[in-house]
Amino acid sequence: MQKLLDKDGNVLSEDPWQIMPRGFDGMLNSDHMLVPVQYWLDTLPDSDANSVCNDQHASGIWLDSDIELEPLADHISTWDCIGIHFQTFMDGRGFSLARLLREQYNYRGELRAFGNIIPDQFYYLARCGFDTFLLEDYSPDFDPLPYLNNFTVSYQGSVDQPQPLFRRRT
Amino acid sequence: MYIYDHHDKTLLRERVTQFRRQTESFLAGDLAEDEFLPLRLQNGLYIQRLAPMLRINIPYGMLSSNQLRKLAHITRTYDKGYAHFTTRQNIQLNWPQLEEVPDILAELAEVDMHAIQSSGNCIRNITSDEFAGISTDETEDPRPWCEIIRQWSTLHPEFAFLPRKFKIAVTGSEGDRAATQVHDIGLQLVKGPSSEIGFQVLVGGGMGRTPVIGTVIKNFLPAVHLLTYLEAILRVYNRYGRRDNKYKARIKILVKAWTPEVFTQKVEEEWLRAKNGPATLTDTEIARAKSFFTAPAYEKNTDCPDQLTMPEQPVAFTRWCDRNVKQHKTPGYCAVFLSLKPTGVAPGDVTEQQLESIAELADNYSFGEVRVTHQQNVVLADVKQKDLPALWVEAKKMGFATPNVGTLTDMICCPGGDFCSLANAKSIPVAEAIQRCFDDMDYLYDIGDVSLNISGCMNACGHHHIGNIGILGVDKKGLEFYQIQLGGSAGSDAALGSVLGPSFFASEVPEVIAKILQVYVDHRIDGERFFDTQRRIGITPFKECIYAKAA
Repeated sequence: MQKLLDKDGNVLSEDPWQIMPRGFDGMLNSDHMLVPVQYWLDTLPDSDANSVCNDQHASGIWLDSDIELEPLADHISTWDCIGIHFQTFMDGRGFSLARLLREQYNYRGELRAFGNIIPDQFYYLARCGFDTFLLEDYSPDFDPLPYLNNFTVSYQGSVDQPQPLFRRRT
Repeated sequence: MYIYDHHDKTLLRERVTQFRRQTESFLAGDLAEDEFLPLRLQNGLYIQRLAPMLRINIPYGMLSSNQLRKLAHITRTYDKGYAHFTTRQNIQLNWPQLEEVPDILAELAEVDMHAIQSSGNCIRNITSDEFAGISTDETEDPRPWCEIIRQWSTLHPEFAFLPRKFKIAVTGSEGDRAATQVHDIGLQLVKGPSSEIGFQVLVGGGMGRTPVIGTVIKNFLPAVHLLTYLEAILRVYNRYGRRDNKYKARIKILVKAWTPEVFTQKVEEEWLRAKNGPATLTDTEIARAKSFFTAPAYEKNTDCPDQLTMPEQPVAFTRWCDRNVKQHKTPGYCAVFLSLKPTGVAPGDVTEQQLESIAELADNYSFGEVRVTHQQNVVLADVKQKDLPALWVEAKKMGFATPNVGTLTDMICCPGGDFCSLANAKSIPVAEAIQRCFDDMDYLYDIGDVSLNISGCMNACGHHHIGNIGILGVDKKGLEFYQIQLGGSAGSDAALGSVLGPSFFASEVPEVIAKILQVYVDHRIDGERFFDTQRRIGITPFKECIYAKAA
């Protein structure tokens, strides 16, 4: 069962976002549609579609892990949600993308990991700036907290705690 | 030596808890094998040919006697009573039970040791120079910097799922003893224009299938920027390193594909955005790291006769001093190699009793500390010269005084096909056959310095590319053959060997080595080392001699 969890260990009963499939080329006819970045790039020159996109109360895109962020730079702050798709959980590029979005593009909206991710990655994902995780095979007795709260110490700075331990050590 | 505070200790305890949960859920069938795989690898646990193998980190080679005793206890309690020092300053257990690994890690944590990231596609154990802090050719002690990098890389959230493994070595000496030119990142401590400390940064060196000597991408990186610069390199690699083919996934392939110039530019762009950020080192942190690596309480005026002698066995003692004792920057002191290469023992293997013995020697002769070398020996780094006769007697009793350091029989050798599931061929029996063939110490001394490195497959754990003589096990239609290379070197003159020609059966290897050495003896000019002669005359005379009969 698919389930949305957040970085505080909450299992969310509702997911407001609808992730539109790769190759989606329909109309944006409702709020909270998370569209593939290609859709947004393709419709960008079309001012109507773009304005539709931006007029929504909540708009968002999702990215594959090999994306370049530079072409999107001017728009990043306008999105309410950015999803990063993990093709396989062994593909660590999404961790770097998340930090770039947070630290260099100052993105403040929801950052979501989806695709092939495993609970043992929640802690690192949260540290890199992800807010939510879409878990594909959630079972009702699953408790995300041990995965998120296992560590109370981290050496290096990241999004959750920008100051490395050496600047905080007492 | 670095001393853990409550932060460091808490982190290790929490890591043990995490791995216990992961192991239990795997054993209960709740965690799939392919998902457990990277998790166990990031705790050093392989599933090997015969049993799991646990690789325990020895950060930059430093071990205390307390830690050695714990390792002895662990090999006794959880393994078959012996362990193996690796070619990256780590130690491996060959027979642990998966169920018991969390307990082993808990025991290690008691003495501030761990197996975090000793394997897997992440930043591995930081390696360095076994003579750090004591050598005469040192610009700066690399160990504080190694510890800073160790902490930064430990459980780094962004770099736990890299395209492939990532190895960093640091040296503070001109005569590079850490093989920095064949690491993913090699850092050489250097002094800037106004004597400030910084790093020369090399990237993209490595062995394996595609051996490459690293390229300098920054001539002088001021030391405070160490971590922001490393982070920039790692981020570029994490984002752009190949993930479609594990044999083309190391950073060296990316550097080659882009050219070093383009790679450097990309790193610089990335770095400029994070430069001076929170990861910039502070004076306080640098001073803190350095405070753990001060000189021990050396005795002043340790009177030592110019010529130490052992009346009973003068020749044997002198030989041992010649080969296994090295110069120290402090008058009256020296560094002593404990050779783990006696004939008949797999290079780098030690019994639990020997681990106890090393601890005892460390306590009695060297301030309770030892260093592990990437050549798979152990060094007592701070021995009083006048203690040498007594130490020699004890080391001999314990089996550590084989006076062969730096000679042909001081081989680097991977575990090979006897243990490793990746190997194409066995390596330990070949090493042993060579040791048995060359047991004449007079002959070995006459030959002098020569490095012989053996790998059981092209993953090159035995560093065959950088041996003066390199031996690589290959598989041809199910049969084991051995390819021989000449011309490799690991030091500041780092070079990759060239293949001599068609490969040999295991039984032929010792004879081929004998012929190679004969060519050297025939061509050498007074005092020339094997490597220098071989480089001067090239590979052809060796080829002609070895393949002559067959033709």
